[in-house]
Amino acid sequence: MNIAAAANETLAHNSNLLVYGAMAVYTLAFLAHMAEWVFGSRSKVGRTAAALTVEAVEPATVTVRSAAKGGTAVLDRPAVVTRTAPGGRDVPDGPGAAGGTAKGDLYGRIAISLTVLAWALHVGGVLTRALSVQRAPWGNMYEFSTTFAAVAVSVYLILLVLKKNVRWIGLPLVTTVLLDLGLAVSVLYTASDQLVPALHSYWLWIHVSCAIISGAVLYMGAVATLLFLFRDRYEDRLGDGRVAALHERLDTLRRSGKDKEQSTFGLRVRIGGNDVLSRLPAAASLDKFAYRVNATVFPLWTFTIIAGAIWAEAAWGRYWGWDPKEVWSFITWVAYACYLHARATAGWKGRKAAWLGLIAFACYLFNYYGVNIFVTGLHSYAGV
Amino acid sequence: MSTTTDTSRDAESGAPRDGDSDLGAAGSQLSTAPKEEISFPSLGPVGWVRWFWRQLTSMRVALLLLFLLSIGAIPGSLIPQTSIDPVKVDAFKADHPSLAGIYDKLGMFHVYSSVWFSAIYLLLFISLIGCIVPRTWQFVGQLRSRPPGAPRRLTRLPAYATWRTEAEPEAVLAAAQRLLKKRRFRVHRAGTAVASEKGYLRELGNLVFHVALIVMLVAFGVGSLWKSEGGKLVTEGDGFANNLTQYDDFTSGPFYDPDAMEPFGFTLDSFDATYERTGPERGTPRTFRANVTYYTGADGTEHRTKIEVNEPLDIAGSRVYLLSHGYAPQVKVKDGRGKVVYDGAVPFLTQDPKNFTSTGVVKVPSAQTKDGKRNQLGFQGFFVPTFGGKGSGSMFSTFPALDYPVLTLTAYHGDLGLDSGLSQSVYQLDQKHLKQYKVKDRKLAQMMLPGETMKLPNGDGSITFTGVKTWASFKITHQPGNGLALTGAVAALLGLAASLFIQRRRVWVRAEPGPDGITVVEIAGLGRSESARLPEELGDLAAALTPEAPVAPDAEPDAPDAEPGPDGAAPATSSGTDAAPASGPAAASPDEEAPQGPEDPAQPTDSADPADPSEGARA
Ligand code: HEM
Repeated sequence: MNIAAAANETLAHNSNLLVYGAMAVYTLAFLAHMAEWVFGSRSKVGRTAAALTVEAVEPATVTVRSAAKGGTAVLDRPAVVTRTAPGGRDVPDGPGAAGGTAKGDLYGRIAISLTVLAWALHVGGVLTRALSVQRAPWGNMYEFSTTFAAVAVSVYLILLVLKKNVRWIGLPLVTTVLLDLGLAVSVLYTASDQLVPALHSYWLWIHVSCAIISGAVLYMGAVATLLFLFRDRYEDRLGDGRVAALHERLDTLRRSGKDKEQSTFGLRVRIGGNDVLSRLPAAASLDKFAYRVNATVFPLWTFTIIAGAIWAEAAWGRYWGWDPKEVWSFITWVAYACYLHARATAGWKGRKAAWLGLIAFACYLFNYYGVNIFVTGLHSYAGV
Repeated sequence: MSTTTDTSRDAESGAPRDGDSDLGAAGSQLSTAPKEEISFPSLGPVGWVRWFWRQLTSMRVALLLLFLLSIGAIPGSLIPQTSIDPVKVDAFKADHPSLAGIYDKLGMFHVYSSVWFSAIYLLLFISLIGCIVPRTWQFVGQLRSRPPGAPRRLTRLPAYATWRTEAEPEAVLAAAQRLLKKRRFRVHRAGTAVASEKGYLRELGNLVFHVALIVMLVAFGVGSLWKSEGGKLVTEGDGFANNLTQYDDFTSGPFYDPDAMEPFGFTLDSFDATYERTGPERGTPRTFRANVTYYTGADGTEHRTKIEVNEPLDIAGSRVYLLSHGYAPQVKVKDGRGKVVYDGAVPFLTQDPKNFTSTGVVKVPSAQTKDGKRNQLGFQGFFVPTFGGKGSGSMFSTFPALDYPVLTLTAYHGDLGLDSGLSQSVYQLDQKHLKQYKVKDRKLAQMMLPGETMKLPNGDGSITFTGVKTWASFKITHQPGNGLALTGAVAALLGLAASLFIQRRRVWVRAEPGPDGITVVEIAGLGRSESARLPEELGDLAAALTPEAPVAPDAEPDAPDAEPGPDGAAPATSSGTDAAPASGPAAASPDEEAPQGPEDPAQPTDSADPADPSEGARA
């Protein structure tokens, strides 16, 4: 064994250490996020949310002013008033996990700081892995999974830096990143290895990096869609007074001193669930976020498939051969096209479109895990 | 800045609900999406046909067909497909005979060419054509017509601003017209208002995208109807000429004309394969390279080039791909008369793709015994490039390169069965009429290093292992329509990007003298969605207008609210907490309650929108 190879093995080893370190810190971030949700004011928010029943489906007027980009010219700038359409719910965004409490917020900030630290270790792990093999770190499922999670966290952090309202995604994100990495290091682990000539192509860089980025962003969209479904139901319950009714029932029990009994456990769980949901952004905001995210990456996903077809043409002599991986990319693509169409068709907006969005993401996941593991095809990666 | 996603419905359908009827014309035709109708036909057969056509070309059915297409594609990825792996299909049929019968009837072994799958996508594409044609006409009509005039009450629109100015209405309108033109709006003046529209490229992009889908389908069809595809295994030093008889296997589409095959050919000069020699990835291939000399045309001059796994050779409308490689031991066979009856390389098939343990056979039909009797010889062999069985004597390879090549042969004689008329695999011995050579009741078998010879009993001759060559297998394809498919794909991508990232929107500017003689300027915008960009753009436009229509002093109540956010970076990021907005100016509109008032502090903010590029998308 020559010196270079030994050095590479050291790098690969360090990469593993970094990934384990990242997992440890992500775990701490996960705990901090839990603390944020738990300590984020409960009763207070619950009450306000309960009180905030939707008054009427009257045309809500939402006013917003468009401020100029700084400077004194602002003073002569006419204000822009915006107005929403009639018929919509007028439920505001929730206050976020911290529920507007200082303590919750502190935990939330700790969670984000830990996430940043974990992300740095994580990216370091991916990069040293790449260095150890001197190629793009996307040769097998272990590498693909670690990169995928790193990109997902990167997207999240970028959105945070851009001051977008995405803190609510922190807990689900860190949870799935932990799952993904756990699966990667336990089930999918493959020793650092060279690529077979079939993967020697710059299309590897283009096709696979686009696939990873698409997946990471689509994941964001899917989480938002899932939460939308919950929050939308919650807002329905808020609208017809069912949320308030739960609180009233608890209050009645409290007055009669029975509120600590076993039988009230279900009630308290439901109130707790509502409380969590009340802190999320409004259903409309989640829906919009999901749509924007999905619509933004759809062209990238389209490009991923086209790039894959060009590569397949160069490598296998046909750009499309209905290989299982190709089939599932196609299915995923068509499913997202369905979703976008559904949004364009009046009767299919909202929940129905959301279900389509979730199905589409499930197709993406199956294409990744399912096809790689259960179905054999040309796209077999070294050691899974 | 919405709390609902419903506005765009009005805008899209062009059929606003009560109370917004004054928006009707202004909001019409902001998109070319077909309207949904679920009415039932009443008029006889023609009515039914028309109804059916309308259903087929509706968005709802398009959605349904798309969904069916994705579901229909699933079985083909889970059930073995004849076109991909016929061996697996046969194995499946053997394992599940009854299920296979049902599958066969349903076309499950060739899903993507089955009747039902074809029906789905053909219906979808008919629907698509039926959708595109009217939308294109509509779009052309929109391009020719002017943007619709300003609605009576601009305050009704999703984004609105107003102010008072000393400037004359005419001057303001002229300035607005100039400004909007400069921003590449299509502008048109009607009465006391300027109407403008921008973002037609969105619709165009959407049409291009859908047309490109058809182009891609056509390209795919052309490709599969006229394609040809064949395989050829070539040993170092040998060649290939593009001729039906030269292929090891060949398939083609129904319209392919084998008489029109382009003349070309190539010789495999040498094959380079390198493998990682050290480290944990020892044995992993690094390069596979076929060095070839090729020519095109009947008298073509020769060129040298290389073919690698991801770098096929483009030649006379076909492409030559390197598929795999293996070893071809060279042997020299002498028969009983001492005559050399065979001298050449015999390709062996790789059993173990990692280390190239290979098997093969040598057939020598012209061998005779020393007395001149027909005595066909056959050899069954194992070959390893790097012998790993030292001591144990078993044949397995420990490295893919030719480090320690060993050939083991067992010998047969008799009738090879080549005259039976049945075609025979060159990789198998038909042992029916063959007898194994034996020495003292044990089969004759010998391990040979290059240069070594195995003698046959009875003076029947000998076989010498003279060396090793490499073979490479190639796939030669001719597939028209690839360029068309790529063009379609690129067009689809561009169209899709335009359709998702560009926003179609209308802006109106009205300037009229107010009751006190001071000009009231109103500016309002309508997009297909309540995108944050529209108010932003409107604010920019209003600001750009103010030099020529300065805000009159009494519109000042606005001023205190006008502080930018803490970082001033995100316009329209206001959460409403910092503003009791615009009550002054908005009050100038006569018949509309001013949209105003302190809002809930937790109003959704547009900072929730991550995807600026998609802002134009329907939200
Ligand atoms: C071959 C399958 C099809 C695919 C993959 C497909 C895909 C898409 C995609 C991705 C969009 C989103 C672009 C956007 O939101 O602006 C879209 C929009 C649209 N599609 Fe399709 N489509 C297909 C077939 C059809 C058919 C058959 C129709 C007509 C019945 C149709 C009508 C439309 C319309 C009208 C829009 C734009 C809606 C709007 O302007 O808001 N599509 N399509």
